[in-house]
Amino acid sequence: MILAPLADRSSRANHTDSWRILKPEIKYDKCIRCMICWKFCPDNAFTVVSGEELESPNPRVAALEAPVIDYDYCKGCGICANECPEKCIEMGIETKMVI
Amino acid sequence: MPFSIPEQELMEPGHTACHGCGATLSMRYVLKALGKDTVISVPAACWAVIPGAMPNRTLDVPMVYTPFAATGAVISGLREAFDIQGKEDFNVVGFAGDGGTADIGLQSLSGAMERGHNVFYFMYDNEGYMNTGVQRSGSTPYGAITTTTPIGKDRNFKKQNKKVVADLMMAQGVPYVATATIAYPEDLIRKVNNAKKINGPKFIQILSPCPVGWYFPPEKSIEVSRLAVQSGIFPLYEFQNGVLKVTKQPRPVSVREYLSMQNRFRSLDEDDIKKIEKYAEERMEYLIGKEKETQSS
Repeated sequence: MILAPLADRSSRANHTDSWRILKPEIKYDKCIRCMICWKFCPDNAFTVVSGEELESPNPRVAALEAPVIDYDYCKGCGICANECPEKCIEMGIETKMVI
Repeated sequence: MPFSIPEQELMEPGHTACHGCGATLSMRYVLKALGKDTVISVPAACWAVIPGAMPNRTLDVPMVYTPFAATGAVISGLREAFDIQGKEDFNVVGFAGDGGTADIGLQSLSGAMERGHNVFYFMYDNEGYMNTGVQRSGSTPYGAITTTTPIGKDRNFKKQNKKVVADLMMAQGVPYVATATIAYPEDLIRKVNNAKKINGPKFIQILSPCPVGWYFPPEKSIEVSRLAVQSGIFPLYEFQNGVLKVTKQPRPVSVREYLSMQNRFRSLDEDDIKKIEKYAEERMEYLIGKEKETQSS
């Protein structure tokens, strides 16, 4: 029994990549996997992957879980680059045009 | 690296919030702390449009849209209905902006808190009616330029001080009152977890910077909210069982630094800045005095 209208479609279907003017990119060789970027992302555009998928010069860091940006949802606000303690996220110009 | 906040996500990506929105982060942290058994009631606010148009949902918990003035009444009703059905462990949450709390929804909030329902009320404070295009609210601080307090020739910025609803709730004797901000998610989640243990009304005010309405670049959201605490403009405290505790001591950051980051304070001169500094100092003194008074008694 449904008593109220149900919003049953996840907003994951709504890609917000065309909002982006600047595109963040994580330099994994400098990243220490502190997950601060993941913690402060207002668009929830980070996925967490298990270690050993991404390279790092330090094997102990490479074994840790790492943040990966989901470019379908990132709006390019730049909070991650601003808050990164190692300054390893670079904001470049988005070149992909979505019409 | 162990995660400092819960890993569970109940807010999905793909919502329609602006770049660098503080209100979405507030909701994300609150839901991380509350978990899946939660019903959220939202009045007209930014959060009424962030989930997008009808078939879309952004939250993985039920969401009830309420009239602007009725958040407190709706959460009271939901709570009583759940209790009758034997669902006492469900969290009933009101999540309103500062317009829907400090101005329009104040009577129903006050009533719900007075009747003592076991509900949470979160006020995400972006210091204005940001959803409708940056109008002045009761929670807008002194000196801010909004579209209803425009700068003009007469420098008609807002001339009144901010109405701090958490202080009102504290005066009303609500069992749990706290202030939090998005720059300290661990502190916010700890406060929500503390509030969970209390059987009664809970009120938490979360400062959520708005890049659009405060006129600062979106990447500075966290920095601005951190400076608001460190400069003493927005002290973080927790009021529990009649005892007040200031949870983050302000650091020696000048109020000027906080104000200069936001273009809404662009028309302030030296006297105005001194006034704001004095107000922040007086409020901090009041809170520290109250902390000593309540902890000794």
